[in-house]
Amino acid sequence: MRRRATISPDTTNRTAAETGLDRARKRLKPPPVPTDDRARSRLVLDTMILHLHPARIPQRTLKWTYTWGLGGLAALLVTMLVTTGVLLLTNYTPTAPDAYLSILALRSNVWFGDLLRNVHHWSANLLIVVAVLHLLRVFFTGAYRPPREVNWIFGIVMLLLILGANFTGYLLPWDQLAFWAITVGTSLISYVPFIGGWLGSLLLGGPEVSGATLLNFYALHISFVPLSLFVLMALHFWRVRKDGGLTLPRAAGEAPVEKPRRVTTIPYLIRRETVWALSWIAIILTFSVFVSAPLEGIADPNLSPNPAKAPWYFMGLQELLLHFHPFVAAIVIPSLALAGIISLPFLDHLTDHEGIWFRSGRGRSLAMLAAGCSLALSSAWIVADDLFLDWAAWLGNWPTIISNGFIPLAIAVMVLALLDLWVDKGLDGTLEERVLFLFTFLAVSLVVLTIVGIFFRGPGMELMWPWSIASGH
Amino acid sequence: MNEQPIDITHSDEPAVDRRSFLKIAGIAVGALTVAELGGIGLAYLHPRTAEGDFGSVITAGAVDDFPPGSVTHVTNGRFYLTRFDDGGFLALHQRCTHLGCTVPWDQATEQFVCPCHNSQFDDAGSVLNPPAPRPLDRFAVTIDAGMVLIDTSSAIARDDFDGSQVVYA
Repeated sequence: MRRRATISPDTTNRTAAETGLDRARKRLKPPPVPTDDRARSRLVLDTMILHLHPARIPQRTLKWTYTWGLGGLAALLVTMLVTTGVLLLTNYTPTAPDAYLSILALRSNVWFGDLLRNVHHWSANLLIVVAVLHLLRVFFTGAYRPPREVNWIFGIVMLLLILGANFTGYLLPWDQLAFWAITVGTSLISYVPFIGGWLGSLLLGGPEVSGATLLNFYALHISFVPLSLFVLMALHFWRVRKDGGLTLPRAAGEAPVEKPRRVTTIPYLIRRETVWALSWIAIILTFSVFVSAPLEGIADPNLSPNPAKAPWYFMGLQELLLHFHPFVAAIVIPSLALAGIISLPFLDHLTDHEGIWFRSGRGRSLAMLAAGCSLALSSAWIVADDLFLDWAAWLGNWPTIISNGFIPLAIAVMVLALLDLWVDKGLDGTLEERVLFLFTFLAVSLVVLTIVGIFFRGPGMELMWPWSIASGH
Repeated sequence: MNEQPIDITHSDEPAVDRRSFLKIAGIAVGALTVAELGGIGLAYLHPRTAEGDFGSVITAGAVDDFPPGSVTHVTNGRFYLTRFDDGGFLALHQRCTHLGCTVPWDQATEQFVCPCHNSQFDDAGSVLNPPAPRPLDRFAVTIDAGMVLIDTSSAIARDDFDGSQVVYA
């Protein structure tokens, strides 16, 4: 290697005696340490915070109604889940049927055992809601577009991991609810083409949900899923910094802000984060004191409860299963949805309206219109399919995968295409408005399916009013 | 042409030079390592079978224990043993072919009715009402010295019910 011969201009000012070693030593010297304890502890805390946050942030991004603190809340929930989860490990036996007995003992014999379980359960459920709301916030403010497309994908992978964590955790109490929800949920895997049967028995550790499944799920729940989640969280936070922090909120029609006013992270951001975190800890603790996590009788492989429902976050999927052949409902539609959501930032990549809720005033109206259309059409489809649509009977000669699978799917896709054509030509929509319309339509459809599945399906998965289910008929 | 008599790298023949040989060898060894570790991992995770319970050969009882025209639930074997009016036996996996719920036998209507999505099957496991995509799976039945033995190691999927699936004493 050759020594660099050029001398930069600033070195000429230095005294001749100062060597490179002197300069390095000067740089490594710590800043003056405060003399009193209070200031010293502040310094330590502040430098720790500044590993995660930048020193200064645009004042606009503090706007409450822009982020709703959803990303921070998700991180808080993960922290709470890890803390309560590690504590729960000390009182849990991951074998069948002892797992159920250890939950019973936890509830009755362990100080605050029930409370700890409730906090873990409700935080996990809340995490799904918060993660989905965070995704919606990022979509509706256009914060997933370049340069943030990689972080959008990280976010989606994390959402899948959160669902995985919830699903694997659902089995662990080993009650009837857990057993049958996981039986129904894992049966979907058998519809994966070619490798479905093999994959299913690998995951279950046998032909049906058993003690082997419990151990597999336990291993996934406490090691693989959380570890993957931590790695992705680190990447997610790092990308937020690399992509220049949050998108700047602005009003519809307002020009982009060139040089935003900045404030220091400490105390302006930290104060808000602390208030938000403490409020939610208080809410979750209070809720968990009064509302217990569900626990039914011990798992019985010979007795399916009626109705046997999947966990609530998969009820949209289970509702789809009532209307489509399982291959279409459980494999084709979710794959298409996942592919669509991942490709969003590549399809809709113009950043002109970044930071504006619903892109513009017109966009807001279009989103409302899409939500209304979706509410009407999805509910109508569900009721019609329940009452008189009977593809399998009408097209009796065809295999049900065609008659009750691809044909209704083709009709649904056609309806979407017609709606898109209407927004495109009839309403003279731009590309981003068409994407906004379709995304809102499909998101609201998923909500409708989930709500119908949870509240409007009684014994035998019959469509009925929630109050008739509650009253027993 | 080149004056040097032996010079592999400059010959016209397409020869593998040192650099690309090492690269190819490196990739090959890497692929082998991944394949080996993957194979070991999958073999390790392969379902373990439990002896003596569901998954093994189960003795349901003597032939005469099952009257013709009856359906008996053998819970530790996860199957129903149907004996038809003509005396033939058929063992049906209790697992609904739609999403895996256990289908209870309803003696009044003489049907299996799945509590999960309302699929219905007759006493031969044939689908009376979807969404179940195929009849209930069956297990192989053998009759040995007057005893009915059911091999529950693998559920046999079928598209239709036919007489060859029924076993006679």
